[in-house]
Amino acid sequence: MTLDANHPNKQNGTPAIRIVDLCRHYQMGETLIRAVDGVSLGVQRGEFVALLGSSGSGKSSLLNLIAGLDRPTSGAVIVEDHDLAQLSREELAKHRLRTVGMVFQSFNLVSRMTLAENVDLPLRFAEVDRGQRQALTRQALERVGLATRMTHRPSELSGGEQQRAALARALINQPKLLLADEPTGNLDSRTGTEIMNFIREFNQSLGMTIVMVTHERALAERYARRMIFLADGKLVDDRPNDDK
Amino acid sequence: MKTYDLSELALRNLRESSLRNSLTTIGISVGVASLVAMLSLGIGLQKLATQHLAKSGLFDTVVVTSRRDLRGFSRDDEQRSTASAAESRALDEPARQEIERLPDVLEAYPDIRFITELSYQDKPHLTMVSGIPDSARSNDAFTGIPGSFFSSENAPEVILQKSFALELLGKTPPPGQEDDFPVNELAKPLLGQELTMRYAQRVSAPLSAAGDAPKSSASTDPTQPSSHEGYSVISEEQKLKIVGISDLDPDSMRGAARARVFLPLKLAQDLRVMQPSDVRDSMRGFTKQPSYSTISVRVRNPKQVEAVEQAIKKLGFNTFSILDATRSLRQFFAVLDLFLGIFGSLALAVASIGIVNTLVMAILERRREIGIMKAIGASDSDVKKLFFAEAGAMGLLGGVVGVALGWTIGHIINLGTNIYLKRQALPPESFWSVPWWLVGAAIVFAFIVSLVSGLYPAARAARLDPVQALRYE
Repeated sequence: MTLDANHPNKQNGTPAIRIVDLCRHYQMGETLIRAVDGVSLGVQRGEFVALLGSSGSGKSSLLNLIAGLDRPTSGAVIVEDHDLAQLSREELAKHRLRTVGMVFQSFNLVSRMTLAENVDLPLRFAEVDRGQRQALTRQALERVGLATRMTHRPSELSGGEQQRAALARALINQPKLLLADEPTGNLDSRTGTEIMNFIREFNQSLGMTIVMVTHERALAERYARRMIFLADGKLVDDRPNDDK
Repeated sequence: MKTYDLSELALRNLRESSLRNSLTTIGISVGVASLVAMLSLGIGLQKLATQHLAKSGLFDTVVVTSRRDLRGFSRDDEQRSTASAAESRALDEPARQEIERLPDVLEAYPDIRFITELSYQDKPHLTMVSGIPDSARSNDAFTGIPGSFFSSENAPEVILQKSFALELLGKTPPPGQEDDFPVNELAKPLLGQELTMRYAQRVSAPLSAAGDAPKSSASTDPTQPSSHEGYSVISEEQKLKIVGISDLDPDSMRGAARARVFLPLKLAQDLRVMQPSDVRDSMRGFTKQPSYSTISVRVRNPKQVEAVEQAIKKLGFNTFSILDATRSLRQFFAVLDLFLGIFGSLALAVASIGIVNTLVMAILERRREIGIMKAIGASDSDVKKLFFAEAGAMGLLGGVVGVALGWTIGHIINLGTNIYLKRQALPPESFWSVPWWLVGAAIVFAFIVSLVSGLYPAARAARLDPVQALRYE
């Protein structure tokens, strides 16, 4: 197992994500919150899609549904030919482990572990042998330029370094899909650019399908090839990024 | 997740909150220690009691009688027995040898006891004399006595029971009054002294007209009984040296026929002292071979008494043992152990609540971490196993430390008790026993209790919604 350009995501054809009339409603007291309300869309393999919208528009909820972190109230989310609504909790965990890699605005590294241990964690869940794990972890951290910081804890690193480590972790199991929730939200513009360049590189060299949630239109226009706009849980616009 | 990775992660997590987890583990240790201490007390006491009882020779002994005599020791036995006296086997030397060859039988020896006259300083004293086998050397009645046990199996020596020693010295207390002479003081004037025993000797053939006793006791074929067969009784004397004085009665099972003078069994057999059974046999005409009234059979282990009894019954004899008494004793100790175990477990139960508390706190603290793990692919069972492993590790460690602690407490208390006993001029005893099975069982029990305590926290952690958990700060 190596992280090279012969990645399975290089194959194109059937859509990586197909969403049909998807709803996610929450009951909050007596109020029904329609976080995602009848969204239908498709994402092709190798696409770089930005989900845009103001706060509370439902873009993070939609990302969580694609990640298999949440279940829809109705409708279908078909990722890599699996309807997530039909999967058991164990199967959803496997989906998150094998098919999807995630990066978050707040990095979400385990603060008590070193960088190497954080990156190694998905490999432990995937029951990869210890020797192989060490090599893959080193390779992943080298890829994001953190080979010298392996034994450091997240608190000893800058925000940019932490997000790079999170990227290495998302990459480690060679997922077909990278889901990024405001990946530059906590970073200054220079480090944000650095992170976005990594994401673009994964998309281009590994052929990973990228779905990125952001509220920064400029960022989406600079990197994404397609922009989907959400408002009040509904898809209001879906257009290719002509600048790309 | 692989077991190795699971253990590594669990231990890592435990190290992170070392103070809280150490306190919880100490809680388990105290629980296990109290359980081990309580149970080892119960086991120690049981061991002490059984050791003393085993030494008494009561619980590993089967008394064999012929069906010619008593059909049994209870009315029911007598009714069940259908064999007539004539059909039953004689309890003689061949029968004794046959019984001795049975599996798990250590020895079978005849109970030789007779009432006779012993003279000390020319004063005659009438008493019951009993033959004692060499194996009784370790009997409580003969260990630590003033003097010694018989020097050989047929030495012309006697051990006196305290009451007979008092009688010889003319110090018998008035009836209804307890004697309070220390046995050591009685021994001083008596040890090494000589007694003369006058007894009736049975000789195998009838006396000739001239009244000479035949020198040999060659037996004829017992399958050809003759109504003219018989034996003679002559008066004999035997000088005996007093070698020991015993305070206890070695033969309390047959209390009605307590002997006060003990001879080496081999000597008693060689003397061919007339037995009460000889008279009875002569009435019935079974006089060819002398028979024994009872044979005592020592069994290797009290547990095998029942099997040996059955085997002897198959040979055609009646048997009696006080197995029922051991059974009720075992029952008593089982109940005692149960209660001690329950009291000991109470501390462990409290400790298990500590585990639940620690793990629930850990879930609250590590809520976000659990969310992260789930987001990157941990399954519910991975999270559950991780919390289980943490609970199990605390239980295992607590169990090991607890056993060591319980063992130490036991030893300290035992030491203290023995210092007290020494001050009271009593012999030291071991009240505590920590067998290997208890060590293993206590650790396994602590481990299982911890896993059970981890059930709820682990299920709770596994159920955690990752979206909610990731929002948690």
